[in-house]
Amino acid sequence: MIQFSKVYKRYPGGYEALRNVSFTIPDGEMTFVTGHSGAGKSTLLKLMTAIERPTSGSVVVNGQNVGALRPRAIPFLRRNFGLIFQDQKLLFDRNVFENVMLPLNINGYERREAARRVRAALDKVGLLGREKSNPITLSGGEQQRLAIARAIVHRPSILLADEPTANLDTDHANELGGLFKSFNQVGVTVVIATHDEHLTARLEPRLIALKNGELIAALPGDVP
Amino acid sequence: MRTWLTQHSRTLSSTVARLARAPVASLLNIGVIGIALALPVGLYVGLVNLQALARDLATEPQLSIFLTLDAARTDVARIEDRLRRHPGVRKFSHVPRDQALADLKASTGMGDIVGSLGRNPLPDAFVVDGGDSSPQTLERLRDEFSDWPKVGHVQLDSAWANRLAAALRLGRIAVLLLATLLAFALIAVTFNTIRLQILTQRQEIEVSKLIGATDPFIRRPFLYYGAVLGLAGGLAAWAIVWAVVLLLNHGLADLSQLYGTRLELRHLVATDSVSVLGFAAWLGWFGAWLSVGRHLAEIDPQ
Repeated sequence: MIQFSKVYKRYPGGYEALRNVSFTIPDGEMTFVTGHSGAGKSTLLKLMTAIERPTSGSVVVNGQNVGALRPRAIPFLRRNFGLIFQDQKLLFDRNVFENVMLPLNINGYERREAARRVRAALDKVGLLGREKSNPITLSGGEQQRLAIARAIVHRPSILLADEPTANLDTDHANELGGLFKSFNQVGVTVVIATHDEHLTARLEPRLIALKNGELIAALPGDVP
Repeated sequence: MRTWLTQHSRTLSSTVARLARAPVASLLNIGVIGIALALPVGLYVGLVNLQALARDLATEPQLSIFLTLDAARTDVARIEDRLRRHPGVRKFSHVPRDQALADLKASTGMGDIVGSLGRNPLPDAFVVDGGDSSPQTLERLRDEFSDWPKVGHVQLDSAWANRLAAALRLGRIAVLLLATLLAFALIAVTFNTIRLQILTQRQEIEVSKLIGATDPFIRRPFLYYGAVLGLAGGLAAWAIVWAVVLLLNHGLADLSQLYGTRLELRHLVATDSVSVLGFAAWLGWFGAWLSVGRHLAEIDPQ
């Protein structure tokens, strides 16, 4: 569960990215954070993963107050998440397989078990045949799917994605939407920051709509 | 525990793999460290050898009493008598000046030169063994004998050994200073190497931090790299010194054959070798630790 209560985030220099934001995302929900660029979507995701800390208010993830975590505890908080970045942050000095292996190395998985999981994750996103390729040789859609494989390989309870369909055509975006839906169906909490209305219409998620850093609507999932 | 071991062994193997991936750069680094370490280690080996040599030579320090050239037979007899009755003298022998001249003629092949001298330039001499061979006792005896009549000069054989020991002490300090300076050089080399690595792996570090890597996890490969680099440099230094000693021993074998003695340089003993390798690895680790501490904090994911 992710709970924001009365969260303010002011950056040095006085820019106020979030103002008095409160909401709750229950476990196993599919939630979209929408709004124009600069509305505070990315800041919201950064607060959840302790990349940023709230100026005031509290952010609670799985019972932990993220804003008050000791630096030493932050890595362990982040292991609850699967993160998909806007710029993907793939590592081009290693192949597809090793990219997906990274989270398992960090979590200290035994090698054989890790290899099995990497293959399962690659299979899930349809990249099993490309495990020896360098990510630079993959298409934009394939790179995005690789990023997803890396995010889910350690079976996180929460999947966070920042504009995952930003650079994709409709077909690929739909394909990706299907993937997110399938993760959600097996109980993963999925939070996606996006302004892709097409995707929103297709997946019918719960919505958290932001405008200029303020929450304008938190609607139930049955309204697109 | 198992996870911990897995992570460490995996880090070690990937570190060695990383060294092997850039063989030229790695070899150059190892070479720089090896040469820097070989200097003090080589000097140390030289010192150890000199010390061993000094120990061999200075086993029985003796006093040589040289009389003045105008000493008559009666003077010689008087001194002989005094030495016999002296409680601090264990045994002594008299080397008459004629015999000394004859020995000189026979031993060094300078017969012609010696023969051309108008008169015998050598004095009568006594070689004295002190009761005990501590430097203080010997020095006291030397001062005492010097005051006797018709005694020209008293030579303490251990004096040069003392001087050598002092020189060796000085050498030891020089080695220590050199080692300290070059240890700094080694730390600087690893510091810089690690800094470059952190820069090139910036993105990996950033991503790793974002997906839950702890600081020790991120630091570990760099520390391993530093230690392995230092260890390899230490091995290189050891090999260089070993090779130099081997080469010198070849030359020494010829030389000592000519002199009819046996001179041979000793290699580093096992414990010293282990210390050198351990110290080199530690220096590499320390340089990496400094570098990682300084540069890793600069990478904060956004």
